[in-house]
Amino acid sequence: MSENGIGAAVLRKEDDRLLTGRGQFTDDINRPGQAHMSILRSPLAHARIVSIDTSAAEEAPGVVAVLTGREMAEDGVGGLPCGWLITSKDGSPMVEPPHPALPADRVRYVGDQVAAVIAETREAARAAAALVDVEYEELPAAATLASATRDGAPLVWDEAPGNICYDWEVGDAEATEAAFRGADHIVSLDVVNNRLIPNAIEPRAAIGEYDSRTGDHTLFTTTQNPHLIRLLLGAFVMGIPESKLRIVAPDVGGGFGSKIHHYAEEVIVTWAAKRLGRPVKWTAERSESFVSDRHGRDHLSHAELALDAEGRFLGLRVTTAANLGAYLSTFSTCVPTYLYGILFAGPYTTPAIYVEVKGVFSNTVPVDALRGAGRPEATFLLERLVDKAARETGIDPVELRRRNLIRPDQFPYQTPVALQYDVGDYQATLDLALEMAGADAFEERRAEARARGRLRGLGVSTFLEACGIAPSAVVGSLGCRAGLYESGQVRVHPTGSVTVYTGTHSHGQGHETTFAQLVSDELGVPIDQVEVVHGDTQQIPFGMGTYGSRSLAVGGAAIYNATQKVINKGKRIAAHLLEASEADIEFENGSFTVAGTDRAKAFGEIALAAYVPHDYPIEELEPGLDETAFYDPKNFTFPAGAHIVEVEIDPETGTVELVQVTGVDDLGRIINPMIVAGQLHGGLAHGIGQALLEECQYDENGQLLTGSYLNYTMPRAADLPNFELGHNTTLCTHNPLGVKGVGEVGSIGVCPAVINAVVDALSEHGVTHIDMPATPERVWRAIQSSQA
Amino acid sequence: MQDFTFRRPASLADAVEALRSIPGGKLLAGGQSLIPVMKLDLAAPATLVPVAGLGELRGIRLEGSELVIGAGMTHREVGESAEVAGAIPALAALAGAIGDPQVRNRGTLGGSVAHNDPAADYPAALLALDATVVTDRREVSAADFLGSMFETALADDEVITAVRFRVPEAAAYAKFPNPASKYAIVGVMVARSPGGVRVAVTGAAPGAFRHEGMERALAADFSASSLDGVPVDAEELLSDPQASAEYRAHLVGVMARRAVEACG
Ligand SMILES: Cc1cc2nc3c(=O)[nH]c(=O)nc-3n(C[C@H](O)[C@H](O)[C@H](O)COP(=O)(O)OP(=O)(O)OC[C@H]3O[C@@H](n4cnc5c(N)ncnc54)[C@H](O)[C@@H]3O)c2cc1C
Repeated sequence: MSENGIGAAVLRKEDDRLLTGRGQFTDDINRPGQAHMSILRSPLAHARIVSIDTSAAEEAPGVVAVLTGREMAEDGVGGLPCGWLITSKDGSPMVEPPHPALPADRVRYVGDQVAAVIAETREAARAAAALVDVEYEELPAAATLASATRDGAPLVWDEAPGNICYDWEVGDAEATEAAFRGADHIVSLDVVNNRLIPNAIEPRAAIGEYDSRTGDHTLFTTTQNPHLIRLLLGAFVMGIPESKLRIVAPDVGGGFGSKIHHYAEEVIVTWAAKRLGRPVKWTAERSESFVSDRHGRDHLSHAELALDAEGRFLGLRVTTAANLGAYLSTFSTCVPTYLYGILFAGPYTTPAIYVEVKGVFSNTVPVDALRGAGRPEATFLLERLVDKAARETGIDPVELRRRNLIRPDQFPYQTPVALQYDVGDYQATLDLALEMAGADAFEERRAEARARGRLRGLGVSTFLEACGIAPSAVVGSLGCRAGLYESGQVRVHPTGSVTVYTGTHSHGQGHETTFAQLVSDELGVPIDQVEVVHGDTQQIPFGMGTYGSRSLAVGGAAIYNATQKVINKGKRIAAHLLEASEADIEFENGSFTVAGTDRAKAFGEIALAAYVPHDYPIEELEPGLDETAFYDPKNFTFPAGAHIVEVEIDPETGTVELVQVTGVDDLGRIINPMIVAGQLHGGLAHGIGQALLEECQYDENGQLLTGSYLNYTMPRAADLPNFELGHNTTLCTHNPLGVKGVGEVGSIGVCPAVINAVVDALSEHGVTHIDMPATPERVWRAIQSSQA
Repeated sequence: MQDFTFRRPASLADAVEALRSIPGGKLLAGGQSLIPVMKLDLAAPATLVPVAGLGELRGIRLEGSELVIGAGMTHREVGESAEVAGAIPALAALAGAIGDPQVRNRGTLGGSVAHNDPAADYPAALLALDATVVTDRREVSAADFLGSMFETALADDEVITAVRFRVPEAAAYAKFPNPASKYAIVGVMVARSPGGVRVAVTGAAPGAFRHEGMERALAADFSASSLDGVPVDAEELLSDPQASAEYRAHLVGVMARRAVEACG
């Protein structure tokens, strides 16, 4: 390992600018002549727009224009497309209603866009928005998942009876029925997966700009995937050729999935900039983020597990209602299906699985991918069910898991729900986690806590996730409307420094460092001579962006392949210069050597020869050293882990204190252990937030009850213990780096461990389940109802 | 937030004069309550008159059986004050646990009392410690000063200059913080004095209040167990996404017992 190469905890190259306040985020950018936009949002969850009177707003000081759905329709601007077609059990396609950026006749959630007010200043735009006079005819709202699925519920879309978007299945229903018929034990559980609001630290922002001289559009936007936005906005919404549309995602301050999706505001500023002939800028206020960033999760599920007398899992069936919100956001439809249903084997050998999912419309903010996207939902359900099975069969929860984990000699392992796992070692991961958590001595700690009047519990989760999605042909056959490869370009400059262009996007993940390490290691170029460029479609090759923990597994693989092309070309140049045969050239530590001799050319000399080809095999080889690779993954990668959580509960108030969180994960090869630890810390905080703190609540009228930090609880440092982290590594077998992915692991694995620990602590009160978040009141009520 | 002007007063009298003469003028202390309200356009004062730094509003001193704290003293100053810790350690602890360090570095006693947020901590101390609110023109007992949520006896042009707290024999404050905002879901201050026992509750209801049933029980027997069975009526209490009225009622009992225990 070189000092800054693969495996070294290199300090993040980007932190110098980010930590000293010199990052450049979208809101830091100002364009000459720009106007500012404020969005008037619906205060009602469901209403017919009777009329919109913009005259008072138009006359307000500083106002440039007030635009509504009417003007947008006049200009033929299309709706926001959905990226994944789900087909129902009966073969029918999902109901796919329109998704206008500015609806003209009906609003469908609190926060839906009604008018765009554009003025000389942000304040003037905001003040004028309050003067737009909208007459609404309020309609009954389907405000929660429970109320949207009730008989006779108000319809969000007339074309979606029962508010059902699709009724999807995966697995073998008959085989699963048969498994249940032969079972010794059947364990069942109803689970709520709480609704979350993403809360990236940087609010969304967008600036549209149009150059009438050239006809070029530029959109600066807080996105995780600039080319995807270019494709959707250009081809589907506005009809702008890609060659005339540039998307720039500069520094982006966190996304967690919420900045994957194509948003109405991106459309409105792009359209308005051309219509008004000046740049238009919009930055969300925090309270706007709460009602317009795509929310996450929100499931109601029933699940049953069939076991034989020894506790071996025979079959699993799951029925889920998944809230999609009012409109189909970009990847909303695949999250509760292909990122959820196919995860239900988990790390276990369950032979028969059947999963049914209904996608449900409601009068709420659209729901889409949020860190983990589908996999936390599946993992939570499965790991809660396994724990409940342990309690009901009397088999120790760890032992029950052991009896069912896939053994290392069973790989590649084909699950009954489509996935084929390549590699893993789940038993050893669990063993290490138990050892690190001091699980042996837990009962002593429990007794000691009891003496202090506290309830102590230990919870385990053994889990697996699928990331780095996935062969394009496979996802295409499942309804995905995009390819999921990634691009990487390695441009070697004449004197040997390197610029790397990646189609992925970094919004906190540290790509500028990790990818530089990778390239530095491969090419032997010092890390400070490797620059990573991302985010600007005018600079980078077409790529799919960053989500689903794909950047290293897919984007890193593309960069790696590009470095190999560089090395191969370099060998041909070196063979010429060293008058040797190409087969005899070896490349190591930045030096091309004739095998078995000391005759060598440094990497920089080869680069120079490529660009100043005076002595060069010009007949056979083009000049230059600039290689691009597109990598289409051969499979998902399958990070896995064992998370163990210990809690103490104050039975008088119901407060849960996290005493210890241990995570042992198999993430494949680790490029930068410091960045990996950071990703795990963030993911664990996110998962703990879901398990104990965060809960988006709507009232029956569809008003958001948790619309600020006064009542929506984000996890804070003081809520978290130090994390004990370990690794038990197996290398991914099908990508060139052997890497798996880490961005979502924490938020996937830890939730059930927290709740299993809480239930363990409360088990002496007869509590068998508690919903997330396990707030003090919810815990207190569980204790009360068990005492009643 | 709407535009506003800033008028820095030279003295307390000047501040009062500014409030009288400028239409739409409003006092600004630490800004930890007023600025958030202005950001949401729920208040839009045309002029802000900053007072926290005025000499007349500063200082902490013991006057006989009373601890007098200037209205401009920040939560941090009160929390770290040796005088406060010596006379009423429970008050120092209360101030030292308000919000977070940024809030404590700016937020003031006067601002908190004038704002009278139903979830703020100080109102419990004012009631439990039989405090008197001192303004530029009069002295008002805490009970008369504090109204229902966000209401006080303060006139539009009146400035709080100090609060006089009666030093008790023993006092303690137990707070159950809102996990999101860190304000009090329930905060109970118990104070024992020769004159009797006071139990003041904040966070639970639309305004801070004294719990007479608990006070009677503790007057008879100052021990946590004497509170067992003393009913707390959930009827009048608040419900929100973090805590129902029923849970708040339960917490009032738990926090009161903990405060009594902490009195030693
Ligand atoms: C994140 C956060 C967390 C918080 N957590 C808590 C908590 O846990 N507990 C708690 O009790 N509080 C909490 N607060 C509120 C904080 O204590 C405020 O400082 C306090 O409520 C107001 O004091 P201020 O000095 O900031 O007043 P300002 O915000 O400046 O003013 C508030 C009001 O008082 C008026 N005013 C100010 N000074 C005077 C005066 N001398 N005379 C007359 N009127 C005056 C102003 O005109 C205004 O109407 C929190 C605030 C924040 C932002």
